[in-house]
Amino acid sequence: MNDLPIPASAAPGTVTGNRGLTVEEPLIFEQGSAGNSGVDLPEPFDVPSRLGGLARKGPIGLPGLSEPQVVRHYTRLSQKNYSIDAGFYPLGSCTMKYNPRLNEKVARTPGLGDLHPMQPVSTVQGALAVVHALAGWLTELTGMAGVAMSPAAGAHGELCGVMAIRAAQEAKGDARKVILVPESAHGTNPATAALCGYAVVGIPADAEGRVDIAALAARLGPDVAGLMLTNPNTCGLFEREVREIADLVHRAGAFFYMDGANFNAIVGRVKIADLGVDAMHINLHKTFSTPHGGGGPGAGPTVLSEALAKFAPLPFVRKTGDGYELVETAAEAGPERSPFGRMKGFHGQFGVMIRALAYAMALGKDGLRQASGDAVLNANYLLARLKDTLTAPFPGPCMHEALFDDGFLKDTGVTTLDFAKALIDEGFHPMTMYFPLVVHGALLMEPTETESKQTLDLFADTVLALAAKAKAGEAEFFHAAPRLTPRRRLDETLAARKPVLRWVP
Amino acid sequence: MRYLPLSADDRAEMLRAIGAPSVEDLFVDVPEAVRAGAVFDLPDHQGEIAIERAFTAHAMKNLSPGCAPSFLGAGAYRHHGPAAVDALVQRGEFLTSYTPYQPEISQGTLQALFEFQTQVCMLTGMEVANASMYDGATACAEAALMAARVTRRKSVLVSGSVHPHYAEVTETQLRFTDVACERLAPDPVGVEDLIGRVGPDLACVIVQTPSVFGRLSDYSALAAACHAAGALLVVAVAEPVSLGALMPPGEMGADIVVVDGSSLGMPLSFGGPGVGLFATREKYLRNMPGRLVGQTVDVDGRRGWVLTLSTREQHIRREKATSNICTNSGLCALAFSIHVAMLGEAGFAKLAAVNHATAVKLAQGVATVPGVKVTTPAFFNEFAAMLPKPAAEVVEALAARGILGGVPAARLFPSYPELDNLLLLAATETNTEQDIDALVAALAEVLR
Repeated sequence: MNDLPIPASAAPGTVTGNRGLTVEEPLIFEQGSAGNSGVDLPEPFDVPSRLGGLARKGPIGLPGLSEPQVVRHYTRLSQKNYSIDAGFYPLGSCTMKYNPRLNEKVARTPGLGDLHPMQPVSTVQGALAVVHALAGWLTELTGMAGVAMSPAAGAHGELCGVMAIRAAQEAKGDARKVILVPESAHGTNPATAALCGYAVVGIPADAEGRVDIAALAARLGPDVAGLMLTNPNTCGLFEREVREIADLVHRAGAFFYMDGANFNAIVGRVKIADLGVDAMHINLHKTFSTPHGGGGPGAGPTVLSEALAKFAPLPFVRKTGDGYELVETAAEAGPERSPFGRMKGFHGQFGVMIRALAYAMALGKDGLRQASGDAVLNANYLLARLKDTLTAPFPGPCMHEALFDDGFLKDTGVTTLDFAKALIDEGFHPMTMYFPLVVHGALLMEPTETESKQTLDLFADTVLALAAKAKAGEAEFFHAAPRLTPRRRLDETLAARKPVLRWVP
Repeated sequence: MRYLPLSADDRAEMLRAIGAPSVEDLFVDVPEAVRAGAVFDLPDHQGEIAIERAFTAHAMKNLSPGCAPSFLGAGAYRHHGPAAVDALVQRGEFLTSYTPYQPEISQGTLQALFEFQTQVCMLTGMEVANASMYDGATACAEAALMAARVTRRKSVLVSGSVHPHYAEVTETQLRFTDVACERLAPDPVGVEDLIGRVGPDLACVIVQTPSVFGRLSDYSALAAACHAAGALLVVAVAEPVSLGALMPPGEMGADIVVVDGSSLGMPLSFGGPGVGLFATREKYLRNMPGRLVGQTVDVDGRRGWVLTLSTREQHIRREKATSNICTNSGLCALAFSIHVAMLGEAGFAKLAAVNHATAVKLAQGVATVPGVKVTTPAFFNEFAAMLPKPAAEVVEALAARGILGGVPAARLFPSYPELDNLLLLAATETNTEQDIDALVAALAEVLR
């Protein structure tokens, strides 16, 4: 497929090191002139200092740049990033769907985006109404009794759910010691359980990529506080026997935490309360389209069952007769609630909540159902297009993501990583690699519902052509990829062995 | 449905390729009764016009700090964001990218975060900084956990100078671990004896400067006492602009510095999302939580950046990780970093100077109101004032006059009635002399 000769090195041979639109950009500390600034400020009032002898003595060390220099610096940096705006981003388990611009616009509405968190509650009734409205969408979509709105991300929502479980178990007089986590789980699940003082015990997968129910039943007992189960799971499969799993867990006196990372597959089609779930976080930055921002901010509101809702953390919004109140203390919460504590400064990721609510309103119940349907259809279409050439470890249909192992690369000298890097040269962001851990050399593809058939076809054609190239013995081509990127493969061993984590003059 | 590209024909053709009669058949693994029973009492899809109208209606029920003289602080400070900052963070290449797992096509985010880490080190006077946490409060809790790991000790002491949200989040985070958390009573005037409480079992002392009441303290002697006892000193900073005017915590001997960065680069947004800055000494690097960006070279020998030292993290270490954090606050870190870059050395120092001078002017003004006493001797841009009646009532009366006149200490410390009359007042570069005059006049009227 690549008939053009490509040099082994991508060094461009230009005077500047630049390559057309790809421009080399030094660190900001290597630019500017002392004394310059990109901000013109008012002059300070002529008053005596009251810093009490604690004034800074030395300089900070920052460079001085004018506004146009700063704008050019960050514009050039931005051009070295792949993004969902620019291309297909089938990163499994990450739900890289389109981020609507309307969400950005409404989040900046004067009177919403600029509110101070400690204004008198009487002056933020509209803000509390937004939080309450989104909470209403989330509880109705899941059928759950309550929702904790303050968690700041998925892992933070997990922490919220597991803390609620621990608080509930302690209230019963028996904290228990163990959380069960399937081996296919995200790393955040065991890390979260450990932060709540639990020992983590793994549950194996069965031959079909689902929880081994016999193994689960055998391990459940009076020491088990709960099960954390991702569903649809990280193999892209729905845990068919989820209600039996929930029953087993409940019968053992434990709680069922469902990791909602993959909620996008079932939103608008399944009320997770009907699955016997006690707690689930919802990544607003996945299912509800808020931008990932290069690694946050996200939000992880956590829906809770009747048994856990009273333990939800502070603060929370409560509807009153003609308005809303913000409950910030255990005393205000009242005797019917036993909040386990506070998870975040102020009131949660309000700006993310605005965006998520705008998305929910834009799609509505009909659109959310269509979106999850299209997400699952797109993934199954990729599975259908690729499964005869790539190796799918488990039979379909899949949910919103399609999983392959590296069986198709056996004896080619090409690894999953090499294959992914070749996709970069073709203009695609690679799929998730080497996760889940339960299959060898995993390639996990999540197309989402916001991709067209044309994009999926081009991607599938490209993957098939690359697979043929790998099988044709062109391992060197893959080892040298990527060639066309601002940087080629980076030495991660050097970075870890001799850490350079800041610029030094 | 404007966000969905598949047409009816596409769907039919794709189902044929899959060999499924309908989309519903792809959900065969979901119990049928569950699918059939899912009925949602929710509206159908809406266009942009209706949604904008709904949010405008919500906004109209709020009093925007942009439309009122505003003196609110207590951990969130209203600064002016340069127009270029928001324009740059809205570039899709930053806004809509994921965590930079593929470094070859993420050099923009990675270089920006490397610059952010450097700025955080410079501002705090520390040696290494991570690529951000959720906010100041969660960063504070992570610092407590880290101190326990480093010292292998099981108790944490939280000073009465610390914002109660930071203290509560730390307490909550430690609640189910084997690390005990002792919180001291709020300390508006600086009477607590921390040095006397440092002992051989303590993992760390957590203090804040400026304190939640605006007080400034030199914690150098406390740092020395901590180090002599084998404990760490954690310094929290809720207002990063203060670092432009004040001795940085690193110079006082802090071992971990956590900062809530949300007052620079991003709108207040009712308190979230923000960004937590986290910095420490190089010797504690491998016990740090959070993502780290490191410098390296590519196969052609060109300088580049990668996520590094990830063997500390949950996706590798699972239950043995230093933290469960995954998504952090990348875009807010970028916004913070761009704002700091816009300011530069001279601009940052001047911004801090303007903030301090405006607060001094405000303190002079409110001190002229009969019955009002400014109780914070040394401060940066926020101080406490004792009123002759409950501050919550006064704040409500001021709000009714269209002035956001500070935060009652009782909202932060409801179980300490002795603080009922205490008001926290903050000023920034966004406040004018007219704002101050308006507050002083209204305060005099309300207290008459």
